[in-house]
Amino acid sequence: MDEQLPGREATPTPRPTSPHALPAAGAGSPGPSVPPLDRATHWNMLMRCLAIQGSWNYEILLGNGIGFCVEPALRRLPGGKGGPAYRAALARQCTYFNAHPYLASLAIGALARAETDQAPPERIERFRKALCGPLGSVGDRLVWAAWLPACSLAALLFFGLGASPLAVVVGFLLLYNAGHLMLRNWGLRAGWRDGLRVASAMGAPVLQHGPRYIGRAAAVMGGLALPLAVHRAIGGGPVFAPVPLAVAALTPLLAVFLVRLHGRIEGWRIVFVILSALVLYSVVR
Amino acid sequence: MIDSDAVLARVVDLVPLSLLGGVLGLDVVSFPQAMISRPIVACTLGGALAGDAVAGLVCGAALECLAVESLPVGASRYPEWGSASAVAGVLAAQGAAGASMPQAGALAVAMVMGIFTAWIGGWSMVRHRKLIASWARPRLERLASGSEQTVVSLQLFGMTVDFLRGTAVTLLMLAPGLVLSEWAITNWNLNFAVTKGVVITTVAAVAAAAIWKDFHAIAGTRRLFLAALAVGTTGVVLNG
Repeated sequence: MDEQLPGREATPTPRPTSPHALPAAGAGSPGPSVPPLDRATHWNMLMRCLAIQGSWNYEILLGNGIGFCVEPALRRLPGGKGGPAYRAALARQCTYFNAHPYLASLAIGALARAETDQAPPERIERFRKALCGPLGSVGDRLVWAAWLPACSLAALLFFGLGASPLAVVVGFLLLYNAGHLMLRNWGLRAGWRDGLRVASAMGAPVLQHGPRYIGRAAAVMGGLALPLAVHRAIGGGPVFAPVPLAVAALTPLLAVFLVRLHGRIEGWRIVFVILSALVLYSVVR
Repeated sequence: MIDSDAVLARVVDLVPLSLLGGVLGLDVVSFPQAMISRPIVACTLGGALAGDAVAGLVCGAALECLAVESLPVGASRYPEWGSASAVAGVLAAQGAAGASMPQAGALAVAMVMGIFTAWIGGWSMVRHRKLIASWARPRLERLASGSEQTVVSLQLFGMTVDFLRGTAVTLLMLAPGLVLSEWAITNWNLNFAVTKGVVITTVAAVAAAAIWKDFHAIAGTRRLFLAALAVGTTGVVLNG
């Protein structure tokens, strides 16, 4: 986390999975009578969330993207679009920000709510900084390290089971994007509902326990998918032929070798070298 | 004597393929991250556009095994599989006779060019991010004044350049790739089954190692993986 909240002791490592890592101090006062975000504004913000990384760069990271996504809600501020409150809020939201792109919608909803509630600027800025770490690490664990590989392995399983190209592609895209779009939409709604008290949303079971269950499901799908996909990719046919037997014997050996490298070199680099050598050998011999 | 009409026809053929690469490259980070850029999707689309979706799918499944290993985390540099898969899918479909397995030479060249393009694409993404930063720097003052026009233009600039980046990477890698693929198909000396065996062994090992490493922190996943692997292997043996 970039900045600890006042009154909290600095810890050497952030604890992103704990809802208490986020500002409990947030007042934002989202009581039971939360003004609903009208459908057009919600839709506009959700669509903009899909382009949140459009201007991602090494200086302000997601900063401009956050401003871009929050902007439709800021038009509700006194003075409307282009008014002093609008411009001050937009300027605040375009500064440095880092988060997982899907979970950033939680920040967008919360920041939009805080701005339209006209919470004190310094409180919004503190809150904004405190959000970065948790939203990055929780999102990375849930989406990049669990949901995406699980969907990839499910697609390989479809392929291994003999599905057509259309079925594999549509199956993967529907599965992945069901989770993807639900997460973005939920984040935006929960952020708007909770405002500066969005820490409670970070305790949602899917964020806390999702990676564990998805990881287990992915391991099962991976185990089922690999032999089936390998069999289909080498053209099916008899299993006890020399080439399938060689594949079955050499694949685990190479896999163990790669595991023992402990990430010192990525697998795709090794594959690139082996296959380049194969191409050269086959065309020049 | 170079036949200028044939060259022109070839360049025209490359345009839709390169535009597909641009769209897929855009999906990796900028918009909409719906994972149409994953190899198993993008390669199939490339293969379909080149006339053989099945050949693209087989190559896509192989590249997907490699993509499982690399997590697209934030500021880190990782292979850009979107444009790369468009290139690989098109190359895998070369010489295939529609709804068929890719030719041995075509598959091997598609894999090599796909991985190389992913590496070049990863490098180009870093350059793209630096370019946005340098374009944004003189506009920071306007951003700090809350100019909506500046915010929107910065987003549009980043996405447009990203699309052009993906298109350019695809075009630049596809042109030599097609020549190489044609040459490899004509001169391929290795047995078809052996070629596929080498390709599949290497990528499956990478996927297996990735699953083993990625989920190690979750209790019981390795046992689940090994049990499922045994079930899957038994299924293949019984049905094969």
